[in-house]
Amino acid sequence: MSESAEALATRSSGSQAARDGAHRAPSRADRPGRARADLRQRLEIVLLSGPAIIVFLTFVIFPVFMAAYYGFFKWKGFGVPTNFVGLQNYITIFTDQNFLDALKHNAFIVVVSLVMQGPAAIAFALLLNQNIRGRSLIRVLIFVPYVISEVIVGTGWGLMLQYQGAVNDLLTKIGLGAFKVDWIADPNIAIWTLMVIISWKYIGFAVILMLAGIQSIPDELYEAAAIDGASYWQIQRWITLPLLGPTIRVWAFLSVIGSMQLFDLVYIIWGQYVSSTAGTSTMATYMVREGRLTGNYGYGNAVAVVIFVISLVIALTYQRFVLRRDTEGALTGEPGRKQK
Amino acid sequence: MSQAALTARTATRRGKRHANASGATWGSPTTYLLATVLIAVCIAPVLYIIIGGFRTNAQITIDASGWPKPWVIGNYTQVLSSPVFWQEFGNSLISAVSTTVGAVGLALMVSFVIARYKFAGRNAMYSLFAAGLMFPLTVAITPLYLLIKNLGLTNNLLGIILPQIAFALPVTVIILVPFLAAIPKELEEAAAIDGASRLGFFFRMVLPLSLPGVITTGILAFVGAWNGYMLPLFILNDSAQYTLPLGVQAFSSEHSVNTAAVLAFTSLSMIPALLFFSIFERRIVGGLSGAVKG
Repeated sequence: MSESAEALATRSSGSQAARDGAHRAPSRADRPGRARADLRQRLEIVLLSGPAIIVFLTFVIFPVFMAAYYGFFKWKGFGVPTNFVGLQNYITIFTDQNFLDALKHNAFIVVVSLVMQGPAAIAFALLLNQNIRGRSLIRVLIFVPYVISEVIVGTGWGLMLQYQGAVNDLLTKIGLGAFKVDWIADPNIAIWTLMVIISWKYIGFAVILMLAGIQSIPDELYEAAAIDGASYWQIQRWITLPLLGPTIRVWAFLSVIGSMQLFDLVYIIWGQYVSSTAGTSTMATYMVREGRLTGNYGYGNAVAVVIFVISLVIALTYQRFVLRRDTEGALTGEPGRKQK
Repeated sequence: MSQAALTARTATRRGKRHANASGATWGSPTTYLLATVLIAVCIAPVLYIIIGGFRTNAQITIDASGWPKPWVIGNYTQVLSSPVFWQEFGNSLISAVSTTVGAVGLALMVSFVIARYKFAGRNAMYSLFAAGLMFPLTVAITPLYLLIKNLGLTNNLLGIILPQIAFALPVTVIILVPFLAAIPKELEEAAAIDGASRLGFFFRMVLPLSLPGVITTGILAFVGAWNGYMLPLFILNDSAQYTLPLGVQAFSSEHSVNTAAVLAFTSLSMIPALLFFSIFERRIVGGLSGAVKG
């Protein structure tokens, strides 16, 4: 990256800029001072950015590369891995029906999350965008499920959905006793139960994002449409929805990535082993069960790599073909640059 | 404001809404009905947990979806007087506060560099953190556990705090950079003319001016650490180090027949995150929408 002398002069350390003051382009005589300022700027950059970068590389980036390395070994997690097995772990993963089922469940969760939450979130955001009384209270309340932890959600819903639990009891009371089912253990129902709990937990986040998106649409557009006599629904269809596009696409991206990584809720409600018989296992619960609980760390790491690669391919494809229309993608974006 | 004008316009046309002094209107009954249904769905399960804690196990067994009759506070007092709850509460508090301070502090420093220094590699630095969004905890947890084990930090709160800081950094940096970049350059020049160094500028001007971003990211980091499950599950095996999410799970499997006590324990453990969030809700929404707009 090339920098003009002027940029350097205005950007260099405070004392330097102070001395330069009026004349912006530094003369040749300033060279030593500039070099000192340059050194000082480098020192500041290193001191300010060093700690964050070290912590980030150590605990986020480095482990993923280690996973790629460990994934080639049959290894119990003690000492240095020596039993190199090449691609054997990966072959096992893709021939294990349990993993393929989990992958299928993840794909289902990705799609159904988008379909269930997206339209509902937009509708609720439009609803809450109306200037009604108690709006701020409503906004706090719909965010409650998002703020409480997965463990609490899992424990609470797990108790309510037991066969003798509150949900079935309520159904009986209102005369729908015929619809009593085993919400958690019935393999035909369980994944839909999971979808309801996921939607309940995360829709608040979607609504708040959409609401923020709607509120950032310039008021002039609405005024102009209103003057032209457009109806409420026409305005939403032709102004709100198109201009909400970037928000919807960002939300969908976050939702897909979250669905691919789903672990906590399944693990808490269905436990380590029941999830695969109930049809709710995910790649992450498979990884924990086969890697951590059995102590096969080489294999667990290989599963982690598979999850990572699948998520990364989806993310990059999405950014390349969908998000690029809105902003510079998160991976290629430049700091502080606004969309044009 | 014009949004209000628009609403008011539709209101007069329909002739059913009445604008009040503050400009808010009584929406149509349908609006309120839908909003009420939405709210009911969102908070009913939470209320079930809280209210269930005021019942006895006998009440719950006889009538799973009933109202407390009579209300008992024994479950709550039992949890509140148990040292286990307070120890786990303390562990969660240490973990969440340290994570918040660490993540926001480190992110402010690096965001300041990215937003206001011009040097080769600035974009690379930003991209590095942005790419961190692609490295979720789920993927890293298995090797991360091995790393923490090799560092000798298992069963140590530091073993969850450091990774929590690291995983909070990408979002924090991405939200903070636009805040720091938006501070007018004139301010920096004025500070420089007044003899403040770049670092003096950082502490005297940047920190106060980016406070909204700091609060948003701070809450996100706090709530994330407070609610974290997977990391403590892997790293903390000694129940003396358990944070509340692990505590809730341990309590509910230990006392699986004592449903009422489980509900009381669960409700008490969600209070801090809820409290924190309700106080700062507006800030979080503002920060998130800023981040979405890029």
